Amino acid sequence: MTTKLFGEPVRRREDARLITGKGRYLDDIGANALAAAFVRSPHAHARITGIDAEAALDVEGLVAIYTYEDLTGPMAEPLPVLIPHPQLHAPRTGYPLANGVVHHVGEPVVMVVATDRYVAEDAAERIVVTYEELPVVVGVDAAREARAAVHDDVPDNVAARHHQETGDVEAALAAAPHTLSFTQYIERSACMPLEGKGVHARWDADDASLRVYSSTQASTSVRAAIAAKLELSLDRVEVIAPDVGGGFGVKIVHPWPEELLVPMAAIRLGREVKWAEDRREHFIGSAHERQQRQEITVGYDDDGRVTALDVHVWHDNGAYTPYGIIVPIVTATQLVGPYALPVYRVVVESVYTNTVIVTPYRGAGRPQGCYAMERTMDRIADALGLDRAEVRRRNLITPDQFPYDHRLTFQDGRPVIYDSGDYPGLLDKLVALVGWDEAEALRADARARGKLLGVGMALYVEGTGPGPYEGGHVQVLGSGKVLVSTGLTSQGQGHETVFAQIVASELGVPIDDVEVHTGDTRRFAYAVGTFASRAAVMSGNAVALAARGVREKAIRIAAEVLEANPEDLEIDEGLVQVKGTPGASIPLRTVAVLSNPLRYAFDEAAKQATQFARAGSDDKPPVAPGDAPGLEHRDYYSPIRSTFASGAHAAVVEIDPQTWEIDVVRYAVVHDCGNVVNPMIVEGQVHGGVAQGVGGALYERMAYDGDGQLQNASFMDFLMPYASEVPDIVIDHQETPSPLNPLGIKGAGEAGVIPGTAAIASAIEDATGRRITSMPISPTELYDLMRDETAERTAASERTGAPA
Amino acid sequence: MKPAPFRYADPRSLDEALDVLSAEAGAKVLAGGQSLLPLLAMRLAAPSTLVDLNRVPGLDAVEATGDGVRVGALVRHAHLLRDTAAARVQPLLARATANVAHPAIRNRGTTVGSIAHADPSGEMTSVLALTDGSVTVATPGGRETVGWRDLFVGPLETSLSGPSVVVDAFFPALAERSGTAFAEISRRKGDYAVCGAGVVVTLDGDRRVAAVRASYISVGLVPEVHDLTEAVAGKPVDGADWAAAGALARTLVDPDGDIHASADYRRLLVGVLTERTLAEAAAEALERTAA
Repeated sequence: MTTKLFGEPVRRREDARLITGKGRYLDDIGANALAAAFVRSPHAHARITGIDAEAALDVEGLVAIYTYEDLTGPMAEPLPVLIPHPQLHAPRTGYPLANGVVHHVGEPVVMVVATDRYVAEDAAERIVVTYEELPVVVGVDAAREARAAVHDDVPDNVAARHHQETGDVEAALAAAPHTLSFTQYIERSACMPLEGKGVHARWDADDASLRVYSSTQASTSVRAAIAAKLELSLDRVEVIAPDVGGGFGVKIVHPWPEELLVPMAAIRLGREVKWAEDRREHFIGSAHERQQRQEITVGYDDDGRVTALDVHVWHDNGAYTPYGIIVPIVTATQLVGPYALPVYRVVVESVYTNTVIVTPYRGAGRPQGCYAMERTMDRIADALGLDRAEVRRRNLITPDQFPYDHRLTFQDGRPVIYDSGDYPGLLDKLVALVGWDEAEALRADARARGKLLGVGMALYVEGTGPGPYEGGHVQVLGSGKVLVSTGLTSQGQGHETVFAQIVASELGVPIDDVEVHTGDTRRFAYAVGTFASRAAVMSGNAVALAARGVREKAIRIAAEVLEANPEDLEIDEGLVQVKGTPGASIPLRTVAVLSNPLRYAFDEAAKQATQFARAGSDDKPPVAPGDAPGLEHRDYYSPIRSTFASGAHAAVVEIDPQTWEIDVVRYAVVHDCGNVVNPMIVEGQVHGGVAQGVGGALYERMAYDGDGQLQNASFMDFLMPYASEVPDIVIDHQETPSPLNPLGIKGAGEAGVIPGTAAIASAIEDATGRRITSMPISPTELYDLMRDETAERTAASERTGAPA
Repeated sequence: MKPAPFRYADPRSLDEALDVLSAEAGAKVLAGGQSLLPLLAMRLAAPSTLVDLNRVPGLDAVEATGDGVRVGALVRHAHLLRDTAAARVQPLLARATANVAHPAIRNRGTTVGSIAHADPSGEMTSVLALTDGSVTVATPGGRETVGWRDLFVGPLETSLSGPSVVVDAFFPALAERSGTAFAEISRRKGDYAVCGAGVVVTLDGDRRVAAVRASYISVGLVPEVHDLTEAVAGKPVDGADWAAAGALARTLVDPDGDIHASADYRRLLVGVLTERTLAEAAAEALERTAA
């Protein structure tokens, strides 16, 4: 690499476009398209007894109304179970439009298409749907008790029973010097991208082809789903993810009903049709995550070393299971964190409730797993009177134990084998960064100001970059421009910058010559998608391999022209040159021209490649066997298994003992994602993740009432932290390169959110001396806890000075 | 989240505005739109016509006199917040306005609109009550003054009916030997308060506590003023037991619980905020008495 860009804090090239209003988001497309709006179920569980659209027919501008009765062929069948699993014994999915029974508030029942969205909503408002209400199941405990069933044919509400174990946990617990058991809860939140979902479809009747724009994280798979459901040949469908205003997981789920219905309407009507989700629809019609009840028993010795861990999780999967049991599997397998557990057993029962579906939200089961494991560490420390950092240290996997095999199976179906890491190193850095050992001085200072202060920490290991594969295509044009394409999609992470850095570094060209395209099936048809912190690992390595292929071909062609030995050539700043011989060089753009033998010169540069321009060999064809015209290369990266990033967070909280307001006053992060492509972008990812972690710990929840009505389905009542609620974050880095991929990188997208709930719960417990068993926690709940005579006290309660 | 169809009128005079309001029972007045427009978008309100006051002249002034501060119907919160003359006459105005939402909302939202909206979570309804203020209501028959007690009927409900426009709000001046304070606690900075408190402390000639009044936000269905004098009456400022006043306040209020705070928690905050604001207000009263 002569052009050193890998590892540099290159400024994000997409920002100028995105922050000056030049982004092209879904709703910027198709200004004259017809608009769709949906009549959604107002009931959490009900049988539809009638749909009367008569009153809507008078609305001027109405174009079409569709109900389940209008769906035909595969569209009338249930939506796909995207990720089947043998332990998902009772998968259930909805229909594009409700078929007889609705299972959560917000489920689409009728689609209205009209000249614009205002008119569509006017018509939708006049459609009368009558229902017979059915018993409602809300919350993981109600699902578990199963007094009512979400789906008639699943009376115990259990969709899946996921089970993994690494030894005889009963025997190990029986032999343990100490055991403790506890139950704790974690609540629902949601991704809440600023841009909701959205779909635009245009049917070209002359060409018999469909172009769909979707605000999705998986355009290739949306394409396949549309083709299958609408019975079109794959080559007649193209799907493009335009600029996408955030995803965080919710847009990896597909096909959303709207992703099928909007194209269906476009084909039937022969008109462009668009649907842009509004915020209320996003709250009740997309996906949430995170509610679990966790029952934990741990065995440990006198030193605080875990000898056995037994975990039973009840996981609320909402009304349907389109995304399989990925979140339960991630919780089950990532729970173990950076610790060496001699024996581990986990059972996750994934249960139905009459609420919005649960699918991955940044972290995707890891925050819950981290909460289970880290709170277990806190309990052991409390029981033995040991420092919480010390108990963790004693249980860590040590650097000489890599590769470390947990004997578990991960979400990609591959073994959980940690590839590399230095967990004691993380912990040492964290202790220094947050001032863990000076906590007593901080506490005294806070006490003098009338505040209670607490510190908490949480460590995690995150499996990133799961397969099966991603691909990259790199092409050098005769102008010198380098086109890079990969199939996975971007939602603002900085992929344009990072992939350009990688290609510029690998190829030896100025970064300004590199143009990156993502998520467009016309440019790259084979891809999996953006999720599980995989873009840099998967597409980063794929475009690197593709760039290496281009480099090799460029050097081969240049060697012929320069009559030099390929080994003596290098590429720097877009010039192929003989090392140490100034002047013996050829621009890469000229190599690109020469790579494509021409009959016709369409411009000045092209003349060089025509048949009379230079002497060729008469005994070889212009394009050699096995070769192809053009200076381009396509390659794929397919990992043997995931690579495991890691990190450690610590929070310092101050609590007002009069009002019970909780303030995070210091937040420290030590982060290890292997080789860093762009440290500025990684830090930005961490900052965003921490903001969502603080939100999940202290502010956000889905406030369902007993009837399954979401009480806070707006940004007025669903409290995402503002900038004013996000603490200053200090970050330290550690780099343990992954041995699994050519660039030595690990994913960084989700990390920041994972330990927030665990670390903040620990800090509040430290400040108050009251056991925290349910998160998030708000001041009003903390007040209730503090005056609850029966609330469990921790050892810390003796020195907190909090009211008894 | 698109409003139902409505007509839009942008009258150039108050008479013209009242004409439209008289002609259509379903017409509603639009000023800053910070509460009304979200209600329209969620189709929780569907007025037949919006009567936009923004082009009606003469409604955008803040007039501060020795008697008090008169705030016109088009005065934005941000304007009132910056008005130093108004702050001198009635310091509660700037103190409360600083707690109204975020700058972007304060730049468009109007103080009078917030009062006419009668939201018990709004700061300015409470301040109107605490200062014993009133509004001027224009109707086709002329103008009348409506005192705060007669104005607020229930949550989001005033006594005004028929064609009418609230053209200004009047906040009487702070009395001599008095001080004020205002504080609130919200989940996030700028959110509606979980609980807020505005207080006025008045001293007698001997610098003893003569009167204590308080009004709370997001506590109860309509703004109320609570007299807390008995807890601290006749006490010197230094020796007054503000906690006793807080304890008294807790017995006087009747808050509701919601998803953000239980009724008990609101009652706790009423006590804490009362104690904190009274100490601050008393200090100011002492300063103003000394001067």
